[in-house]
Amino acid sequence: MVHATLLLASTRPTWPDILVFAAAAAVILVGAVGVVTSRNPVHAALSLVMTLFGVAVLFIEQEADFLAAVQIIVYAGAIVVLFLFVIMFLGVDRAEDINVEPLVGQRPLAFVFSAITLGGVLAMAATAHWVTGARQVVGPIEGHVAGPNSPAGEPAQLGKQLFTTYLFAFEATAALLVIAVVGAVVLARRPPTVHADQEDTSDSELSA
Amino acid sequence: MSLSGAWYLGLAAIVFTIGAIGLLVRRNVLIMFMCIELMLNAANLTFVTFARMLHDIGGQAVVFFVLVVAAAEVVVGLGIVVTNFRRRATTVADDLDSLKG
Repeated sequence: MVHATLLLASTRPTWPDILVFAAAAAVILVGAVGVVTSRNPVHAALSLVMTLFGVAVLFIEQEADFLAAVQIIVYAGAIVVLFLFVIMFLGVDRAEDINVEPLVGQRPLAFVFSAITLGGVLAMAATAHWVTGARQVVGPIEGHVAGPNSPAGEPAQLGKQLFTTYLFAFEATAALLVIAVVGAVVLARRPPTVHADQEDTSDSELSA
Repeated sequence: MSLSGAWYLGLAAIVFTIGAIGLLVRRNVLIMFMCIELMLNAANLTFVTFARMLHDIGGQAVVFFVLVVAAAEVVVGLGIVVTNFRRRATTVADDLDSLKG
């Protein structure tokens, strides 16, 4: 059992580390607020890219170099591009009036409940007596081959764990991706137009 | 050595809250999806922080799976948005009220 006080006590951070964290945190928070407050969906997507870059910087700062690269490639490179593609494809890149409140009283309630959640999480993190389990349940972050002069063996270690301990989950995610691709193709496919009149009736029934 | 994990966990909690507020407040389905991505990223940051604090590669492996699930979710979700846009010509969640009694 490892307690929070023991976990949080680390060696003294250096000034570059503090500066990197402060800059990345500022980028992340500005981007996150930008996603929520942008009136234009394209601006929201670009703010999301900003947040994702900041998170990638914090990944590097925490010795997760491989995940930082994956974060940039998959999130910023694929997911946000998919968002932008859909926004432009649908032509919904117009500014939206976010001052109207369709459900009266919903926004204050959303803020109140989110503030309660945030306060609860922070209070729990600060005061609770954590029992976070044993160290190194799966494996250390550094590989055995990583010496002081060799680069950290973190990607190799991660790959080893993915293909041994997490092999079943890894195969399941492969199946999940295939299912998602097939589902997207089925969803995006237009129904075959055999007869024009049949198409009309089915359309009117569905939209009625 | 980088900062203690508490700073990262606090930042992740704040980002998660911003995402939750956005999901509750915004009406555009696409922006609601982006807020879900924000919340997933906050969770990822927490996982990486705990991986460093506990010196356990398992946290980073979980982040890998979260990335894959997020990608699958976005693909299917945006497919549904496109399909729905063809019928209703809207991406506003309030307009999708055809099940209303």
